[in-house]
Amino acid sequence: MFAYYFELGLRSLRRNPALTALMVMAIGFGVAASMITFSVFRAVSGNPIPQKSAQLFTPQLDGWGPQQNLKGEPPDALSYTDAIALMRAHEASRQTLLYAVHVSVMPGGSRSLPVGANGYAVYGDFFPMFEVPFRYGSGWSAADDDGRAAVVVLSEAFNQKMFGDTDSVGREITLNGHDYRIVGVARHWNPQPRFFAAFDNDNFDESSDFYVPFTRALDVQIDTYGRNSCRGNVDFKTRDAWLRSSCVWVMPWVELDSAADASRYKQFLERYAADQQRAGRFGWAPNVRLRDVVQWLEYRKVVPPETRISLLVALGFFVICMVNTIGLLLAKFMRRAGEIGVRRALGAARSEMYKQFLIEAGTVGLAGGVLGLALTALGMLGIGHLFQPQIARLAHLDVSLMAMTLLTAIVATVLAALYPTWRAAHVQPAWQLKSN
Amino acid sequence: MLVLQIKPVLAALKRHKAGTLLIGLQIALTLAIVCNALFIIQQRLTHLSRTTGIVESDLLTVGSEWTSASGAAVEPLVHADLQTLRELPGVQDVGVSYGYPLRGGGWNSGVTIKPDAKQPVAVTWRFFADDHVLTVLGAKLIAGRNFRADEIRAMDSHNLAAPAQLIITKALAEKVYPNQSALGKPLYIGGATAPSTIIGIMDHLQGGSASSWSDAISDYVVLEPKLLTDKSNAYLIRTRPGQLGAVANVARDTLFKANRLRIIPNGEGEGGGVRSFAQVREQAYKNDRGMAIIMSAICAVLLIITAAGIVGLTSFWVSQRRRQIGVRRALGATRHDILGYFLTENFLISLAGVLTGIVLALGLSLWLVAHFETRRLPLPFLLIGVALLLLLGQAATLAPALRASRVSPVEATRAA
Repeated sequence: MFAYYFELGLRSLRRNPALTALMVMAIGFGVAASMITFSVFRAVSGNPIPQKSAQLFTPQLDGWGPQQNLKGEPPDALSYTDAIALMRAHEASRQTLLYAVHVSVMPGGSRSLPVGANGYAVYGDFFPMFEVPFRYGSGWSAADDDGRAAVVVLSEAFNQKMFGDTDSVGREITLNGHDYRIVGVARHWNPQPRFFAAFDNDNFDESSDFYVPFTRALDVQIDTYGRNSCRGNVDFKTRDAWLRSSCVWVMPWVELDSAADASRYKQFLERYAADQQRAGRFGWAPNVRLRDVVQWLEYRKVVPPETRISLLVALGFFVICMVNTIGLLLAKFMRRAGEIGVRRALGAARSEMYKQFLIEAGTVGLAGGVLGLALTALGMLGIGHLFQPQIARLAHLDVSLMAMTLLTAIVATVLAALYPTWRAAHVQPAWQLKSN
Repeated sequence: MLVLQIKPVLAALKRHKAGTLLIGLQIALTLAIVCNALFIIQQRLTHLSRTTGIVESDLLTVGSEWTSASGAAVEPLVHADLQTLRELPGVQDVGVSYGYPLRGGGWNSGVTIKPDAKQPVAVTWRFFADDHVLTVLGAKLIAGRNFRADEIRAMDSHNLAAPAQLIITKALAEKVYPNQSALGKPLYIGGATAPSTIIGIMDHLQGGSASSWSDAISDYVVLEPKLLTDKSNAYLIRTRPGQLGAVANVARDTLFKANRLRIIPNGEGEGGGVRSFAQVREQAYKNDRGMAIIMSAICAVLLIITAAGIVGLTSFWVSQRRRQIGVRRALGATRHDILGYFLTENFLISLAGVLTGIVLALGLSLWLVAHFETRRLPLPFLLIGVALLLLLGQAATLAPALRASRVSPVEATRAA
């Protein structure tokens, strides 16, 4: 019966080509607009580390005071002084500080042209905390942090660029004129958005090239390549004066396994801030935050407003397309009132009418979905011209999106067909036969 | 005539509740989306059309960072580069600066007019420029003078002693010294304890970013006579007319030939390499343009689909009522009457639709204001939307209504 109704559906589509084309186009455009914008939204609003996002926290401390903080909120990163104090206290099971760094390297030895490389200065805990996967070797130890060791972890792509596809662990690499021993090569790893560095505005950048010890980077005076935000008197005479200042540029992260640990850590932050107040460093009451990954991304508003607005407008567009479809299906079905009357009079049950018309609607939905799929694919090609490349790069047509496109088109059309079908099924056979 | 028709039209609509409701709803929703989308387009276009205050044609930017030189060693290298670039055929003049209009990111600081002020009077962009930058950019000086070569100091970004001189934009001058000339007056920048003297005022210069976060400070720019030795500076090159492409082609190789211990990146913002100003502008406004294009496309397709929907349903009604139309024609109604009937019908439905749509549009606008820091939908956009949809409805009804008017009175005698 299904096959028969499906065939009837196809035949009915051909009977009214203009009306059918109209419906298929509306569904196709509606679903394509929604899918394109949804794919971008899905990419930028996802949880970058779902399995651990509730255990990873970034502590914030107000070192600026009520006059200069962010409308009551503490700054989004820590000053060097506070960051180092939190590391020394070691109140969490794992913890790291980090900041963005930019160095020069010579990919083909000393006679080649230098190129820039981007990375992060981190502590050894960074790798297990954020579950960085390794291709060769591993991260470094706490002893390496304390010993300010000249070690480095490369990304797979950067390793490929510098050494070809080989295990480079144990070899040396020169960054900014200083030698580092390679201890690990990470597999491709680029959580999006880049939650751990969301203080900087490169949440959707390409994967970083390398990671060096925070302590070592400071020793060789690699400055932050990310944001550096200062308040008050910033009349520094030396680099040390800047390090001691209230300028914030260090992102701290701690791993806390349970809610009890998190509340203990928050109490520790408050105690620390109170100590600073007593010592006269902070002239105000403790103002601290402890946000986990999801709360932090939310607070930093990493999802660009364009993505949200486009998605909303596209969904509104889809709703209108569906309202349109309801109207057109109504017209299409009710035109066949006579035919329905005859079938009903000949003994077709009402449920048969439901089946027939819903399957017919499904056929329309399928056609709309196929068109939508083609338009979505087309839209993906053009999306790089519309959004910033970092964002556009994230949108792609994968199997799940293709399935979703077809499914959404069919389900939405069948839903839209419910009312027209109900009307069709309730056609009075006697009335139709009489008027004929 | 129109008034006469309203009653029978309303009576007939009661028999087509579902279709009427669907068209009305579609018009309402379309209005809500279209006028908000139009407003977004207009905002983005306004954003895009702001001026930079510079002569944008024949201007090339070349970012370069040193890989082994640092501190005091950088200054002679930069001077050598400037000399090399100036000798290139097709080059008129070259300046060096950290920060320029629309570069993408850069340095902002608060400024005050008293040394101990707690809150800054304004937050401003800081461009660290040499004495050539003002003329290379083509920014207009409306008071005072440019920097002299001997006033430019090389220093690193952690040791930012207050400069003796500053050149600021007119907008900033009026903000910090309202109703008086700022020329010759002191300005404290970035929490400096020593004052800088305002020696020049520019008519206009746009800040370093086109992003909406910096809209409030977009016109506030300070030029400082400094060469930052630890940041990636950009060479700003004014080429002779029509020579931009030729200079851009050789700039990278020329610099590497002069000194290869450098990085000339190929990104944007801080990582900007060889970029014509047209490219700088395009990258800076990519999101704005993208939004405007997406919203325009959605508006256009939406209007087409809504119009097509109206055509579809009206055609259905016409075919359903052929017999009644025939009867009316037989009883003496003119073609004109039939045409008028369907147009009136559509007008009434559209009217109800746009009235609902106005409420929806304002609701959507309020929601957008609450969540996205946009402004409220201005009345003209609502009116344009209303007019657009009423016209669209009438236009879409015209073809089926004309077909209806051609129904012959003979139809009255035929079976339906």
